[in-house]
Amino acid sequence: MINASTNTTQLTLLQRLQTIRLGRWFVILMPMLWLAAFFFIPFLVVFKISLSEAMIAVPPYSPLLEWDPNNAYATLKVTFGNYLFLFESRFYLDAYLSSLRIAAVSTFFTLIIGFPIAYLIARSGSMARTILLSLVILPFWTSFLLRVYAWMSLLKKNGLVNDTLMSLGLIDQPLQILQTDVAVYIGIVYTYLPFMILPLYTTLEKMDMSLIEAAKDLGAKPWRAFCSVTLPLAKPGIIAGCLLVFIPAVGEFVIPSLLGGSDTLMIGRVLWDEFFLNRDWPLASAVAIIMLIVLVGPIMFMRNGNKEAL
Amino acid sequence: MSVSSVSPIVTTQTMPTWRQKDAEPFVRIEQINKTFGDFTAVNNVSLDIYKNELFCLLGGSGSGKSTLLRMLAGFESPTSGSIIIDGVDMSNVPPWERPVNMMFQSYALFPHLTVEANVAFGLKREGLPSREVKQRVADILEMVQMGHLARRKPHMLSGGQRQRVALARSLVKRPKLLLLDEPLGALDKKLREETQFELMRLQDELGITFVVVTHDQEEAMTLATRIGVMNNGEIVQTAEPHEVYEYPNNRFVAEFIGNVNLFRGTVVSDERDSAAIQCDDTNGLIALDHGISCAPNQLVNVAIRPEKMRIAREPSSAQNNSAEGVITEVAYMGSQSIYKVRLLSGKEVRITQPNSHRDTGERLTWDDHVYLSWDADSSVVLTS
Repeated sequence: MINASTNTTQLTLLQRLQTIRLGRWFVILMPMLWLAAFFFIPFLVVFKISLSEAMIAVPPYSPLLEWDPNNAYATLKVTFGNYLFLFESRFYLDAYLSSLRIAAVSTFFTLIIGFPIAYLIARSGSMARTILLSLVILPFWTSFLLRVYAWMSLLKKNGLVNDTLMSLGLIDQPLQILQTDVAVYIGIVYTYLPFMILPLYTTLEKMDMSLIEAAKDLGAKPWRAFCSVTLPLAKPGIIAGCLLVFIPAVGEFVIPSLLGGSDTLMIGRVLWDEFFLNRDWPLASAVAIIMLIVLVGPIMFMRNGNKEAL
Repeated sequence: MSVSSVSPIVTTQTMPTWRQKDAEPFVRIEQINKTFGDFTAVNNVSLDIYKNELFCLLGGSGSGKSTLLRMLAGFESPTSGSIIIDGVDMSNVPPWERPVNMMFQSYALFPHLTVEANVAFGLKREGLPSREVKQRVADILEMVQMGHLARRKPHMLSGGQRQRVALARSLVKRPKLLLLDEPLGALDKKLREETQFELMRLQDELGITFVVVTHDQEEAMTLATRIGVMNNGEIVQTAEPHEVYEYPNNRFVAEFIGNVNLFRGTVVSDERDSAAIQCDDTNGLIALDHGISCAPNQLVNVAIRPEKMRIAREPSSAQNNSAEGVITEVAYMGSQSIYKVRLLSGKEVRITQPNSHRDTGERLTWDDHVYLSWDADSSVVLTS
């Protein structure tokens, strides 16, 4: 009798544990499935293509497994030729380095411009804050492409920027801005500024203003207080903002194609050209895989920095 | 609250400076005003604070006490008026150059720095050699008994420990004037008491002038050499703690500090050493043992503290200074009991009596008819 009753309680306990576990699994499962379907499987497909050879066929690459119907066995055909080709050619290395440089410089300027804006928004009254925040997000309501085209007409030889500078007497000749790296920087900084401002704003808004006052009270001049209190406390926001700008900027394709010149070398453009102009899918896939590996480095580095900050 | 047991901390044997007529004030606040838009936070405040004082600014929220403190620290600049600290006009002196340190209500410890680094922050700004910084940080942390937690970050400390670190950080620069904003607000009762005595000891040892802002009258009573009671941006009374309690100069102070029974009446006689007030709530007149320099027939309020009234079943011999009524509420608190009595006129008064004897048989209880009486020197006449 006693045994039976304890058995039943044990059973229900076990069942309860199982349902809890199931619930937990379900919570983890959904994002896992999402990641698998939209990141991991496509990644494997791209990786597979990068190990094959280009050929004129549909699809335009050699199959990984070649089935021989006569002898009833399959041959695994793997080539690292695409990767070797990438490292042998100076062109691809330059494209990678140039992408990283353009992304880094743009990220730096986005930070320099975004920080004061985020600080101002975080310190303004609730009414002004709502208005300023919506102004930051407002550009997203128009097409990204449209905004880049707008920059083209602003930056061209007889565009608004050159006209203004000339009428102010600052320059005699219109500047060649469009189709240079400068135009690419302007385009990236402009486009990605909200991605810098928003995470910065969230960290700065949480910061206790009395900390700045405490620093000043203890003898720190405003600049000193900023460097030793505001900046370290804003570190998580700075890191998040920089990642959100840097990573997409490295692979940016539209901005360098529309605003940059023929000598603006970026890996996104190279990828596009390999894929659509040369129809060399395997090489394009190899370019994409290497880009991913290149980006994992800074992400890991910054994540570690973030952990320390917290 | 038990106020009878506290006394102001007077460190010197001689007469304290604030009682001397010709003493030079250490902090002089002159006709200071501060407005935010239409709102007047501080209204024409003048105040002298002397060296080695522990001055308490006491008031409710929105009374302007914190704004006044922030003006002393330099975070707000007065709309008009001037602040002079140790002979120097502070009008154009930014916070980082003032000989003043502040302990914030939220403690404002830097969350990204260790206890040590928090305390060292101010000394480093002075550009002291690192050896001296280290020594002074270690000394002050030892003094507040936080030496063993020097390498912790603030989020790993309890409320009381944080408070000690904040105190150490504001003391380490040896400021001439230390400002404390609700220093004990976030602590539990036992810690508060300990810290109160700690603060008084430090003040005694270091000889720093303290200005403390608090809304807690008990805290002000225990800590302060003098109290400035603030209401609606004005200082309504500045006096030593027992004076503020025993001789409030107006109704707000009487009601804000402790409990008080107010009787409304008209002055019927006013001599040099006696006065009498006719009141509808009491049996006879309210007789006083001092003159009040009033116009005859003037309407006044008479304040009598609950513990200064006696309660008994039998009427007292004198007709004056007495009243009678029925007990409506009794609260037994151990060391004392609180009675609420409805007088014949319908007015409710509050009486506290010490339970100095064990149960004397018949204890006063609900619905008992009782007689109240008080001495001629117990009541305070409030004309404003």
